[in-house]
This record gives sequence, C-alpha cells and structure tokens, in this order.
Amino acid sequence: MVDYLLLLVGTVLVNNFVLVKFLGLCPFMGVSSRTETAIGMSFATTFVMTIASLLSYLVNNYILAPLGLDYLMTMAFILVIAVVVQFTEMVVHKTSANLYRTLGIFLPLITTNCAVLGVALLNIYQQHNFFESIIYGFGAALGFSLVLIMFSAMREKLASADVPMPFKGPAIALITAGLMSLAFMGFTGLIKLQ
Amino acid sequence: MSILIAILVLGGMCLFFGALLGYAAVKFKVEGDPLVEQLDALLPQTQCGQCGYPGCKPYAQAIANGEAINKCAPGGEDTIKKIANLMGVDVQPLDESHAQDNTPKVAFIIEEDCIGCTKCIQACPVDAIIGAAKQMHTIIADECTGCDLCVAPCPVDCIKMIPIAQTTHNWQWDLNRINVKTIDADDYSNKQSNNVKTNTTEEVNV
Repeated sequence: MVDYLLLLVGTVLVNNFVLVKFLGLCPFMGVSSRTETAIGMSFATTFVMTIASLLSYLVNNYILAPLGLDYLMTMAFILVIAVVVQFTEMVVHKTSANLYRTLGIFLPLITTNCAVLGVALLNIYQQHNFFESIIYGFGAALGFSLVLIMFSAMREKLASADVPMPFKGPAIALITAGLMSLAFMGFTGLIKLQ
Repeated sequence: MSILIAILVLGGMCLFFGALLGYAAVKFKVEGDPLVEQLDALLPQTQCGQCGYPGCKPYAQAIANGEAINKCAPGGEDTIKKIANLMGVDVQPLDESHAQDNTPKVAFIIEEDCIGCTKCIQACPVDAIIGAAKQMHTIIADECTGCDLCVAPCPVDCIKMIPIAQTTHNWQWDLNRINVKTIDADDYSNKQSNNVKTNTTEEVNV
C-alpha cells in the first residue's frame, strides 16, 4: 500500500511528466491560456492516460510478450492510445459540446501527446505490475493536470499584467514554465528510495 | 512465420478496436449540434434576418462556427449576454450597423398605393401580410414583428414602419419594478422567478 502511495506521489511531484521529464509540452503550452479549458483538457487527458496505461499493460503482457512480439510494442501502444482518444472524443462531443469546441484540435492531438505513450512505455521498461501500471498512469495524468491548471491560472494573471514589451505573449509563458520547472526540481529530495 | 503471426496479431487488434469504436460511434451518436440548439433557444425567434442570416437557426449555426455574437438587434443586450455566457466569450456591445432605437414598430401598407404584387408577402417571415395577386394587401398588426423585411421588396414604396403609439391599452405600468410589498423570505425566490416570467411576456406582447 505504502509502495503504491509513494509511486503516486513520486509520479505526481518528483518525476512530474511535464516539468521534470519534459513530456507533453504541446498541450501544456497550447491549452493553458484559459483555466476552464485547461480543466477540461486535464479531465480528458487523465481519462486517456489511465485507460491507455491499463490497456497497454494488458496488450503487452497477454498478447505481445507470450508471442515474442515485443518489437511491436510502440506500434501496438499507439494503436491502443488512438482508440482510447477517439473514444474520449466521442464521449466529450456527446456530453459537452462547448468543451468539445474549446478543446478543438487539442482533443484528437492527445493521441500524439508524448506523455501518454511515455507512460505506456515506461510502465514496461520499469516492469510495473498491473496495479502499478494503473497508478503510474493515473499519477502521471494527475501531475500533468496539476501543472497544466496551475500554469493556466498563472497565464490568466499574466494576461492582465504589465509585462515588458519584448516578453509579451509566449515569451513570458515560456519563462514562467521554466520557473515552474525549477520549483518542481525542489521536490527531488522528497522521497528517498532504498 | 513470425512475421505472419505479427501481422495476424496486429490485424486482429485493429479489427477488435475498430469494432469497439464502431459500436461507440453508434452509441454516442450526436443528434444535430447541441450547441446550435442551445443558441437557437436563446435567440428571439423573430426570424427577422437583421443579422444577415435568413433566420434565427442559421444565425445560431453561424455563431457556433465563430460568427460575431452581437448581431441580433431584436434580442438586444440581454441576448448578447446570454450567448456570451453560453459560448464563454466576452460580452460585446450591439453591432454598430444594427444599433437602432428599440421602440417597437409595426409595418403599415398605404393601401391606395398598393399594386398587389405579393412581393412583401413572400418576404414576410411571420405571414403577417394578407392579400393576393392584383389585390390590395394589408398587414395583421398583431402578427407583425416589426422586422423591416417587407419594406425593401415593395416596388412602389407603399410600406412604412410606424412606431406603435403608446395608448392607455398598451402602456407598460412596470408595476413589478415598484416593489413595495413585504414578502416572506421563503417565498422570495419563487416570486422573483415569477416576476421575471411575467415581465418577459409583457415585453413580447408590445
């Protein structure tokens, strides 16, 4: 139990996918200009990441590994992720047309969010078991959501701040992201693994 | 041999996931565009075309596709606020070219000039004009929404828009705004919503 909790906290804070591993930067910069959109994107990505890491574990352990087809891992995982994203897109379109419109192209682009594929592959490389895979995927998504929502809140403040001319727009956003990344480096000593 | 297995495995997975998605596509089918429906419900349904679209539904469609939200003159500021809320954008003032005095008007046909061409009948979105070819037309004042659409097609300029004169019959007392009654705190919210309802019906009746 403690192991699972440590894994979760470790994935959310210490090995944050966006700010420490630098994965999934495209939606991080793209969907963070409004908090509401960022929250919607967080939910969609959390759903996709958790389900995708679960499914990719099953696909790898029960289909690919027994048949010795490990070299197909990346391709099979991309297939799994694309299916989950497509499914999420349908659900979002059905349940919240407004969110579907504001997320726009970024919703199908979760497919190419490298954090999602990253989670699936890292699960295999770190030899996580079934539950660890789910927790790792969920934790990664939680970390992504946390950072994305915090960043969007900051960007909303920045939009009305008196930023010097050369730093206006994406420049100050990138600097903010860098500062956030520095802050997250501070979590490195939080958990000591034996 | 192993290549054949690989192809079979990947193909099988693709088939399975494809079937799953096909099922989901049927299950989560979106009937029409719900956003357009919601927008259409906010618009005043006068079908006046002042926004540049042939009616409220096409304008709702256009807003959903990114058209400006401030083109509905009959809806006025209230409608713009509601649309802005739904779309999650900022409230804008009514479009300059559509800004007009909002005094209720009604179309009037100068009957001795009417040549009976039926052009205004075709233009009228609410069927408020009666008449036949070569017969004099007239307007059912109660049905007329004052949308101006019949004025332009008239070849002899015999239609004019006249403001509705304020008489003792249609004077708005606005009694709801002079709120002097003391009411229970419990009933307050109920009363409030009722007041809002009566208010809007009166405005429509003008």
